[in-house]
Amino acid sequence: MRSKLLLFVSLFLVFAMALSACQTATPPEEPPVSDVDCGAASALEAEGAYQVPAPIEGCFNVAFVYVGPHDDGGWSQSHDEGRLWVQENVPGVHTAYVENVAEGVDSEQVTRSLARKGFDMIFTTSFGFMDATETVASEFPEKDFVHVSGYKFNGTNFGNLMGAMENIKYLAGMLAGSRAKTDGNPKIGYMATFPIPEELRLGNAFALGVAKTCPECTIDVRFIHTWHDPTIEQEAAKSLFDAGAQVVMTGADTPAPAIAAPEGKWGITYDYRHNCTHDACLSSMYWDWGPMYKIEIEKSMNGTFAGEAVYFDTYEGGMGLLGFMQGEEYMPGVADLPAEDLQMIQDELALFMSGAKDRFALFTGPITDNQGNLVLAEGESLRQVDLDCFEGPDTPCEGGVGMYWWNENFTAELP
Amino acid sequence: MNWIEIFRSGISTGTVLLIAAIGEILTERSGIQNLGVEGMMLVGAMAGFKIAYQTGNVWLGLLAAIAAGGLLSLAHAVVTIHFQADQTVSGLSLTFLGTGLALVLGEGLTGQVAPIIPRASVPLLSQIPYLGQVVFSDHNLLVYFGYLLVPITWYYINKTRPGLHLRAVGENPAAADTLGVNIYRTRYLYTFVGGCFAGLAGAAISVAIAPGWYSNLTVNGQGWIAVALVIFAHWNPWRAALGGYLFGVLRRFTLDLQGPRMLFGLANPFFFNTNLVFFLQMTPYLLTIIALVWGSSAARKKRIGSPAALGTAYQRGERGR
Repeated sequence: MRSKLLLFVSLFLVFAMALSACQTATPPEEPPVSDVDCGAASALEAEGAYQVPAPIEGCFNVAFVYVGPHDDGGWSQSHDEGRLWVQENVPGVHTAYVENVAEGVDSEQVTRSLARKGFDMIFTTSFGFMDATETVASEFPEKDFVHVSGYKFNGTNFGNLMGAMENIKYLAGMLAGSRAKTDGNPKIGYMATFPIPEELRLGNAFALGVAKTCPECTIDVRFIHTWHDPTIEQEAAKSLFDAGAQVVMTGADTPAPAIAAPEGKWGITYDYRHNCTHDACLSSMYWDWGPMYKIEIEKSMNGTFAGEAVYFDTYEGGMGLLGFMQGEEYMPGVADLPAEDLQMIQDELALFMSGAKDRFALFTGPITDNQGNLVLAEGESLRQVDLDCFEGPDTPCEGGVGMYWWNENFTAELP
Repeated sequence: MNWIEIFRSGISTGTVLLIAAIGEILTERSGIQNLGVEGMMLVGAMAGFKIAYQTGNVWLGLLAAIAAGGLLSLAHAVVTIHFQADQTVSGLSLTFLGTGLALVLGEGLTGQVAPIIPRASVPLLSQIPYLGQVVFSDHNLLVYFGYLLVPITWYYINKTRPGLHLRAVGENPAAADTLGVNIYRTRYLYTFVGGCFAGLAGAAISVAIAPGWYSNLTVNGQGWIAVALVIFAHWNPWRAALGGYLFGVLRRFTLDLQGPRMLFGLANPFFFNTNLVFFLQMTPYLLTIIALVWGSSAARKKRIGSPAALGTAYQRGERGR
């Protein structure tokens, strides 16, 4: 009786695991004898809680490590969209991914296991994967590693990749300001995730944009301390709307501001171009990773990858403001804005796209913080090191400006 | 800071936890512990959203969510009641099973827009100052369902004959069996009912409170909170309601606290240092731990606590465990 029971329980567990594995497991296709099909699905093998894919011989194998599900509707999905683009557009490359990887020890094991299995290049796409990627990169000097959204690199086989989303947030700020001014309620909300330099940078860029189209507008802030939690994001968006905001911009993944927006109010979503599907959504500030990946992968394929810090600007591609890029249409809440405001946004976008304006031009004085201090005097600009840094002793931007300030139109206090 | 909005939103988001916790209370009162609430909620959230999206009818979505949660819980029932396997292990694997199923069947649903549960106000009652605005106006219909669910479940468990049978099966199945109560049928029934409520709770997220499908992040651990809430509530629906709503209010309160510069005439520390909010966000979980510790000692004194037969399989004719 007892052994029967054990057998049943173990069978049930195996069944459960097999089913939960199904999310990525498709039967591997037999490669054609003459020509290797690099677009085929990877064979998967369970390692701990993760399904680790195997490379395909004869292809250049690239693996991606995601912090969330590949279809989270936000950050991780924007990366998966990029991965699929690479699979489609870079011949001879086979791509695979591991999803839902926890930051810390787990990510190190997953990354190491991918390297050991023979992947030639590995992208790790969450800030918290940085140290793990650095460790594994030192163990596999013949393979290349790219960490997205961090700041470490080793000059040989471990580089980082990030883009100037601040430019897009700035344009979104102009859009939000125009909308709030037109609706006659000059209040705007910013739903920030964590009190880190990146979130203050993006918030300040947004605020500078708001000031451009709506000088009298003020910005309220809520920190939600998560990148992705539908319920909390919903609550934070409501909290901002209840406090009077007309437009809410988010730094997190879900389209919560657009869903929570009461009749006649608006939200702006982030990360993934296809998450701006509600009528109350003005636009999505999205990533377009595919072409950026292609550049890095081709460097690695022809041996010129050098483990650098790559920080692409808008003119290099990799990002967009939904409705304003080529071939896109305005969302319903944008179409009825004053034509001169829309023209102004288009003109600014054109400057960014041509490279005539970049992130440094965006953060150029005079800029005053909300305490009345002059952050940047007329003509002064931030340096690259200031963008991702809180000024203080022993920081990269020591003695410089850093990012620990709120632009003058914020009503909120610094975190 | 708008207290009416904070309480309103606490009640609305707390409803998810309330529904899931009441389902689990019914299941556990029959002596079956089902730790798979998270998995059942996820399956319910997926099924509710998917059917609502495909048919354009949110009520069909709710039905699908209830059926999906109930069906999944039957797997747990068969394993633990029929085969008498370990309930903890089976419940945990049910979470894996439910998560996996929801992810497979939910592929391609992200970014879609489905109809959501309509909102309504209760006539007359919503005119009451403050209370009416918080409790009876402009909530989605599931919130009102939650109000009805609490007293009905309490009455059912404590004042009716089937409720007496339910308690007897959970406290002393051998005695209940000699009185002619069918232990297996009772346990199957309440495990199924618990699963139905968990599925409904999941749909309450995906088609009412935070509409949309975001893979396994949709439910994001709320199933585990519901399991903890059952213990916090001492298997009592009223306390489960209190705990669920309190949890919801705190979740919203920690966000609104960052807004005002002054609080009760003093400088608001959470305005000037939002990092303090990290600690506030811990409070619901801390409260749960405190309640667990306090609850176990109070349970010894007052003999309230978990159903005596919780977690043990019943086998007819077997004695002296």
